[in-house]
Amino acid sequence: MTEKKPVFEKARMVPYPSQAIIPERDLNKTPILECSHLGIDFGGLRAVDDFNLTIGRTEIAGLIGPNGAGKTTVFNLLTKVYQPTRGTILLDGMDTAGKTTAQINHMGIARTFQNIRLFSNMTVMENILVGLHSEMSYNALTSVLRLPAFFRSERIARQRAMELLSIFGMEDTAEAVAGSLPYGAQRRLEILRALATNPSLLLLDEPAAGMNPSETAELMENIVKIRDTFNIAVMLIEHDMNLVMGICEGICVLNFGQVIAKGTAEEIQSNPTVIEAYLGKQQ
Amino acid sequence: MKNLKKATKVDFATYLGVTVSFVIMYILQTGGHLSSSIAGQLVPICCFIVMAVSLNLVVGISGELSLGHAGFMSVGAFGGIIAAQSLAGAVPFAPLRLTIAIVVGALCAVIIGFVVGVPVLRLRGDYLAIVTLAFGQIIKDLINCLLVGYDSHGLHIMFNISGLKSINDLHLEETGKAIIKGAQGAVGITKISSFPAGFILVMLALVIVLNLIRSRSGRAIMAIRDNRIAAESVGLNITKYKLMAFVLSAAMAGAAGALYGLNYGSLVASRFDFNTSILVLVYVVLGGLGNIWGSIIATVVLYMLPEALRQFSNYRMLVYAIVLILVMLATNNDQLKALLRRIIPTRKEADAQ
Repeated sequence: MTEKKPVFEKARMVPYPSQAIIPERDLNKTPILECSHLGIDFGGLRAVDDFNLTIGRTEIAGLIGPNGAGKTTVFNLLTKVYQPTRGTILLDGMDTAGKTTAQINHMGIARTFQNIRLFSNMTVMENILVGLHSEMSYNALTSVLRLPAFFRSERIARQRAMELLSIFGMEDTAEAVAGSLPYGAQRRLEILRALATNPSLLLLDEPAAGMNPSETAELMENIVKIRDTFNIAVMLIEHDMNLVMGICEGICVLNFGQVIAKGTAEEIQSNPTVIEAYLGKQQ
Repeated sequence: MKNLKKATKVDFATYLGVTVSFVIMYILQTGGHLSSSIAGQLVPICCFIVMAVSLNLVVGISGELSLGHAGFMSVGAFGGIIAAQSLAGAVPFAPLRLTIAIVVGALCAVIIGFVVGVPVLRLRGDYLAIVTLAFGQIIKDLINCLLVGYDSHGLHIMFNISGLKSINDLHLEETGKAIIKGAQGAVGITKISSFPAGFILVMLALVIVLNLIRSRSGRAIMAIRDNRIAAESVGLNITKYKLMAFVLSAAMAGAAGALYGLNYGSLVASRFDFNTSILVLVYVVLGGLGNIWGSIIATVVLYMLPEALRQFSNYRMLVYAIVLILVMLATNNDQLKALLRRIIPTRKEADAQ
């Protein structure tokens, strides 16, 4: 296990109806996410407009763009923190109109936050157990009476939590208070908490922010590992281009709330509109 | 697993401490070694411990500032008194009647808690505090308008909104008796509360709250307190768990109220005013938010303190306030904490050495 891992092999991206591309291996399955003409206005400001995106079942997708482009707003729309003004979101072929954030999570989207939002007064273990909440089924009365179902369910959940912690090798911090962890560990814990809810689409909002290059490299491996182990789709917002170009199969570039380019890493890197959005127009 | 064990240890220490204190006080009480002023405080202390533990569930665990907790106590007290007084003939066995009264008191508080909780828990922070404060006042005024009597035809209840009616307007039979006489409050109550009943109620409240905290539902409630948006994002139903904490807390306050009410010969609604709510909040805050055994100790000490300060006569409340401030300063003092740590090393530091 110690030898250097081979470079991540991305899938070949193939066309999918309505100008989208998805990995070849996901072609025969319903895409996990299909947004069409998604948009939201804040007063007179069109924060996101006409956002179309299709993500394959096991795709690692990237959402990039300059600051203020509306990337996090897209995440907030997908998780219904904001209700979209226009457009539809299909999750695994099902319409998500009128759902709440909690219901969206039950339907299969889990997320992390740009500014870390842990349950900071609770332990690492408890944070993951909260993520496993919906996986446990005993009710409040069972817990007050301490019936056998309580102990059984708690034991299974704690085992599951330890398994999740082992993904990032965090087992020995299980009893530490979440708020006391170093920054990088907090980001990792947030990912694990999201994974605990058993999602089919994982949204990561700047997972590598504040990490050094070696931590970022490790994170890249782990994102791929998570995708392979859980067989889920991952969509990430990130400013670290090494990470994005390294592991994202399909990339979507946002500027001023509008999609300016979509494609593979190679296509995006040579796209003149993207270069202009990031660096400005050549005089 | 270590943490589970540590938490369990603290819980059992709490149960044990309460039980031991009860046994000692009970032996002293039955042996007649307690002064009448202390013996008279035993049941009210139990009631206020339950109040503090239940308010800690809302303020400490759920993280919502409620200033109307005495309102639920009041609902439970008068509900319990009505139940106990009207069942005096049907259920002659006092402990059973007391149990029924406590259950009725808790149920009344649950209903009111639900009615208040559903709209109020949409509010946050200061707004929630203001509305619960108003609730406490409204309940007090409503009970002041209440006329209740009991005779062979059953219960007679009338709302004296105009202020012109009296207990005679209920047209009770000769054998009937008045239970609540408007602003005069409940009168002629048969005292059936006892110290053992108070102990059982405290233990019940502890088992419910502690077991709930160390479970899926309790973690959900604390998660919502720590970060509402994140809690939603992992699929927690915010309203459900906020309401659960609020209503459960109301139920316990109602039960405590019933026990409290049946400890006196007469009771007026103004006993459960804003000051009582604040008093309980002081117990909770000084005992430590979210710290259940802290609430118990703070309640016992602070409830006894005004009695102990009787020798200061008029300056009693002044001294009481100074003590409160000193406790606050002391518990927030880093040097004092460091000193305590040196005397009692925590496990973390012991491991590190």
